[in-house]
Parts: sequence; structure tokens; C-alpha cells
Amino acid sequence: MILPALFFYLFAAVCIASALMVIASRNPVHSVLFLILAFVNAAGLFLLLGAEFLAMILVVVYVGAVAVLFLFVVMMLDVDFAELREGFLQYLPIGALIGVILLAEILMVVGAWTIGGGTPRVIAAPTPTDISNTEAIGLVLYTKYLYFFQAAGLVLLVAMIGAIVLTLRHKEGVKRQNIADQVARTPATAIEIRKVKSGQGLEV
Amino acid sequence: MTIGLGHYLSVAAILFTLGIFGIFLNRKNVIIILMSVELILLSVNINLVAFSSFLGDITGQIYALFVLTVAAAEAAIGLAILVVYFRNRGSIAVEDVNLMKG
Repeated sequence: MILPALFFYLFAAVCIASALMVIASRNPVHSVLFLILAFVNAAGLFLLLGAEFLAMILVVVYVGAVAVLFLFVVMMLDVDFAELREGFLQYLPIGALIGVILLAEILMVVGAWTIGGGTPRVIAAPTPTDISNTEAIGLVLYTKYLYFFQAAGLVLLVAMIGAIVLTLRHKEGVKRQNIADQVARTPATAIEIRKVKSGQGLEV
Repeated sequence: MTIGLGHYLSVAAILFTLGIFGIFLNRKNVIIILMSVELILLSVNINLVAFSSFLGDITGQIYALFVLTVAAAEAAIGLAILVVYFRNRGSIAVEDVNLMKG
């Protein structure tokens, strides 16, 4: 029984330490890399909790897509990050004060709190024990929460269209394919037939 | 030495606080602020999955999945806005974002 506890403390410690480095690191590229480390360790915590599917999704979506997107943007933008760090310590005291108060309050709530006796009766979808986690999620997600699933898809679609619309720009002087023009071409405008006498060239 | 629900909630609380603290600390750098928001959403996800696991209710994991979706969409849109803003102004300092002031 000591092994799960050991792994919990390992994952939790690395996760929190790398989260601290995300906000304290001088170089934003390091920040993104520490963010990836935090996500991977959170995925480890999910594994310990028995949520295998979410752990894998966390690695695939967060590390594979979101964090790489961050990395891409950080490296693409030519920003003087040293200038952005001016006044870094200006808000440290007030930020630390608010952080400590918030943390103390939340930990007090967590420490003095237990699950009520009536809670097990209002469980919406009990976790099945005889099938895998992925299968259990699929059984609930595609039946009970189908509309929410569709709405999530719409959210992603809108985000995708929004990101494309925001960042797409038309440069002058760049040759592009014009499909309407191509389709509208007829043999009459595209082909010209000339009689060429033998031995003579053709002036175009 | 058993790991209970409180342990996971404590980790999530610390992550949440670090996210809030990060927003305070990096007032000028939008990229770090976006990363802090991602940290906050991650802590929410840890909370949801911990409750789901300890209460034996799989709905929490479904909800965490939706939070993940929204977080991904938010990151994509936020970074797109950031790129467009950098293209127009040549800077990403939060203090310069006052174009819409009357």
C-alpha cells in the first residue's frame, strides 16, 4: 500500500514545483516546458485516481496541442521578454498576500470537510466496476450527455473558425488559386487553333 | 498512509493559488497569464476527477472532459488574438492594451 502513496507524493510534488517554475521562470520557453511537465504529472495523478482515459487525453490534448501551440507562439513572436519583466517584483507583496490568504482559506475548507451521508443517493451515473474506464465514459457520454458532447464539438468548431479568421491575412502580390476562374474557363477562351505551314515557324 | 480525497483537493488548491499568483506576478506578459489560466483550469480538472473517483460517480470525469474542451478552445482563441495584436502593435505588453479606451 506504500507504493500509491509514494507515487502520489512524487507526482504532486513535481506538479506543484513545475507550476511554480511556470510563473517564476525568466524565459517564457522554459515556462512552457515546465507547463508541459506539470500537465504530465497531473496526468499521473489522474492515473492514480483511476481516470485513465482523461489522463491520456490530458497528455494528448494539453501536451500535444495546447502546450505546443504556446511554444510555437512564444518562439514565433519576437518579443523583448526582458522588458516585459520590468516591475516583476512590484506586485509580489500584494500577490503573495492574496495567494497565502486564498490558499489558507481553501485548505481550511478542505481540512474541515467530509462527504455528507446523503451524497451516495444522488449519484448521477455510478462508476461501473466490471468495464474499463474508457468504456464507462463512452457509455455515459454518448447517451446521457450527447447534447453536451455536440455542444463541445461546436465550441471547438467556433474556436477553430475564430482562430483562422483572426490570423488569416491576404498579402498583395501573392499568387493564389482562384477556383471560380478555373471552373469558368471554356475551351473557347483557353484553346486557340492555328494553321501552321510546313517549314515555317509560328509567331505567338 | 492512505491517500484520501483531501490530499488531491490540497494539490488542486495549491495549483489554483499558483495560477492566481502567476497572474499577479506577471502583470505585463500575456503569454504567462494565459499559462496561469491553464494552470487554474487544470486544478479544476483535478478537483472534478478526485471527486468523481472518491464518490464513485463518473459524471465528474465527463465534466472534466468538457472543461478540457473549453480550455483548449480558450487557448487557441487567446493565442490567435495575441498573434494579431502583436502584428498590429509590435508588443504584447498588457499595459499597452488600451486602444478601446474612450
